[in-house]
Amino acid sequence: MLSLIIRRLIQSFLVMLAVTLIAFIMFRFAGDPVNQMVGVETTQSERQTLREDLGLDQPTIVQFGHYIGRVMRLDFGMSFQFRRPVMDLLAERLPATLELAFVATLLSLSAGIVLGVYCALKPRGILSSLLQSVSLVGVSLPTFLIGILLIYVFSVSLGWLPSFGRNGLVPVTAHWSTGLLTSDGWKSLILPAVTLGLFQMTLIMRLVRSEMLEVLRADFIRFAVARGLPKSRIYFRHALRNTLIPVITVVGLQIGSIIAFSVITETVFQWPGVGLLFLQSVQTADVPIMSTYLLLIAFLFVMINLAVDLIYNAVDPRLKQKNRT
Amino acid sequence: MTPFSDPSKTSKFPRLAALWESDLGYDFRQSRLVMIATVIFFLLILAALLAPWIAPMNPYDPASLDIMNSSLPPAWYQDGFAAFPFGTDDQGRDMLSATLYGLRTSIIISILGVALASVIGITLGVIAGYFGGIIDTIIMRVADVQLSFPAILVALLIDGIVHTIIPSATREDSAAAIIVLAIGASFWVQYARTIRSSTMVEKNKDYVSAARLFALPSTTIMVRHIIPNVMGPVLVILTINFGLAIITEATLSYLGVGLPPMQPSLGTLIRIGQEYLFSGQWWIVAVPSVALGVLVLTINLLGDWLRDVLNPKLR
Repeated sequence: MLSLIIRRLIQSFLVMLAVTLIAFIMFRFAGDPVNQMVGVETTQSERQTLREDLGLDQPTIVQFGHYIGRVMRLDFGMSFQFRRPVMDLLAERLPATLELAFVATLLSLSAGIVLGVYCALKPRGILSSLLQSVSLVGVSLPTFLIGILLIYVFSVSLGWLPSFGRNGLVPVTAHWSTGLLTSDGWKSLILPAVTLGLFQMTLIMRLVRSEMLEVLRADFIRFAVARGLPKSRIYFRHALRNTLIPVITVVGLQIGSIIAFSVITETVFQWPGVGLLFLQSVQTADVPIMSTYLLLIAFLFVMINLAVDLIYNAVDPRLKQKNRT
Repeated sequence: MTPFSDPSKTSKFPRLAALWESDLGYDFRQSRLVMIATVIFFLLILAALLAPWIAPMNPYDPASLDIMNSSLPPAWYQDGFAAFPFGTDDQGRDMLSATLYGLRTSIIISILGVALASVIGITLGVIAGYFGGIIDTIIMRVADVQLSFPAILVALLIDGIVHTIIPSATREDSAAAIIVLAIGASFWVQYARTIRSSTMVEKNKDYVSAARLFALPSTTIMVRHIIPNVMGPVLVILTINFGLAIITEATLSYLGVGLPPMQPSLGTLIRIGQEYLFSGQWWIVAVPSVALGVLVLTINLLGDWLRDVLNPKLR
């Protein structure tokens, strides 16, 4: 177990190093930072002093070392576009993305489990087959198309919900204002959260359905039926519990893609989160933001994969045995 | 493949008949949904490829635009004209023509992207499987890492990185190439994994040993002997990937990091059209959206069906 942890940690470290190298290379190609910092009237010698102060006259490998040091201290440089530290911008935008991702996950989990259980208990029902076909369409269509459809129905035609932006904000701390405390905030959150969570919801629904159908055929369920236990107790106490283990794994793995897909959802709804910031930085070639987002996402995914790997090993004794030999 | 020349006529139709009578053909005839999807899919592909000839007008020739025709609703509305069956945008551009041209751009770019992905994937997969050892470890580690990120994010990041490295002056010309590269570089993993595992089986078979005995160069053995024998599952991956590539291309274009408005694909048309949604001109965004949705749905249906029929183990 210990050797496995160490091996996985080294692998994760190497991946992060490689991603940091890519981020560093992006900076190298982004042009001379000195030119961006000085005015026209700066003399050549002043430029040279600045260059030495910034350590830009040193060999590339030393500069890479400095870059890693800065990343470790969470100093990601200044955004070209906003002329502000990237760290501040991220801290400002992160609550919006996290709230969206959280609500979307919650929504997809609850709706997915309920609908999945329903489809498993009534496999021949009309509603079940309807849900199955609709979910197939939901999985197939691109996220942004679903978002636009929702905007058309609920904002343009019915006029119930706002189509863009994040409203009704209440400051909680200096850096974090939430929209979860006002009805305006919830109204503007519903459409983006549904759009973001829909794919996960269909995934969870299909997973719960197939797992539940499998579990319902198992011997211990038959035994429970034979014992004459009430149906609700069999379904929710015995069957559902055994269904939820794979669901939890999938949801854990999907947290990363929820954050990733929030780029698309945030663009459709002009939601002022990290994803929208990243997209703007791609369009304006704002390298500090782009590279920071790259590092952030890579870190997130590496951590999730590491956690899932380790939890798997802790939970599944077969894997433990295999790794020991 | 010229259906009207004599020699192929005799050999082609029996083959088609054989295909029709085969298991694949039987399964095909069993499912009406798959048949309908196939017909729609080929109609869309045909319409896209023939766009310059069947579209009522060239939507990107300024001479054919007339501002008098701007913002017309579809033909079934009272203010609509039969000449513009799906209405026009604010510059008097026929939405049917724009969508056909957009479909063409989307499909061509996706095909190129999938082709690039399969070439990269097959090459790396065969090399990894054939040589094994440290080469195998490196290639597969990279594949593992990349597989843990969603493809759309990888494509977006590649797009961003390439745009940073290539100065913005050349962006307009290279936009299509960058998307093809982004799709190719984000979808190669699946090919590499599949090809690698079948190569590892094939390379120990007698015919490969015989080829080695002849002292054939490794490249010849890989290209002429192994690749033809491991290509089977690639067809299924190609179909599924084509659907994903269409979505990726559309998403990149929608996000505005894709093609410039000069040669809009479906995603770009939808991005532009979304602004008109609030002024009631729903058809500007609806026509390309429906085209994209139907295309993706039919490809997914066909891909799922092919996967089930050709490889029951995957079910």
